Amino acid sequence: MSGRRSRSKQSSVSSITDDQITDLVSKLQHLIPELRRRRFDKVSTSKVLQETCNYIRSLHREVEDLSDRLSQLLASTDSDSDQAAIIRSLLMQ
Amino acid sequence: MNNPHHLNPTSLKSRFTTRFLRALTKIRAQKPISSSSPTEIFRRYRRIKVAADKSMAYSVRSRRIWSRAMLWKLRSRSYRRQDPCSGRRSGKTNQAIMKKSSNENTTTRREDGVGFVEEADELRQLVPGGETMNLCNLLDETAHYIKCLTTQLFSPIGKG
Repeated sequence: MSGRRSRSKQSSVSSITDDQITDLVSKLQHLIPELRRRRFDKVSTSKVLQETCNYIRSLHREVEDLSDRLSQLLASTDSDSDQAAIIRSLLMQ
Repeated sequence: MNNPHHLNPTSLKSRFTTRFLRALTKIRAQKPISSSSPTEIFRRYRRIKVAADKSMAYSVRSRRIWSRAMLWKLRSRSYRRQDPCSGRRSGKTNQAIMKKSSNENTTTRREDGVGFVEEADELRQLVPGGETMNLCNLLDETAHYIKCLTTQLFSPIGKG
């Protein structure tokens, strides 16, 4: 994913147009599972941002859960779950 | 060596996985005798969580506002642990980041008639460096940030 910058669009004070915002908001809408199904509906910007916040929070929780599982895993020596086996084999490479 | 997950070595997922694995290996090697006590497990959890953030931020480097903000946060945290007098230094770096990401359209620009100021501000709290972003940057950075978070979770380490 290249680092596309939106700075080039903002050369003057009032250069953020509604169209640009709409584009960026719809791009965001496609990333959020909750809203992807409603791709062809008109979803308000407020709703998109709200769902984005919820989604990011749930992703943060999943990362925390993952870190939690990993810390248990690194402590245990006899875990036989699939994840443990894979991680152990990756660590041994 | 075998590459069971067929990762493209230049992809973000691959760079993240390599770094994260390296960090996990180090953390594993630091295993103390009482490695299953709740305190140790929590300490290791913190270290792993920081390692995950660090691995992602370093894989993205300074190409993004959010990754710059995260890197600054991580570095200033480690400086503070080593040197209690580093407060002023971190202040300067923060200003530099803010200069880079904002322009005349500051975060206090009113979105009259559009009705999503609160939601935008809420989002700014969730995206690293969000407080300094104007709306356009915020939306753009958020999309990339979400992609990176899902990369973390769908890496070979995450899904197993």
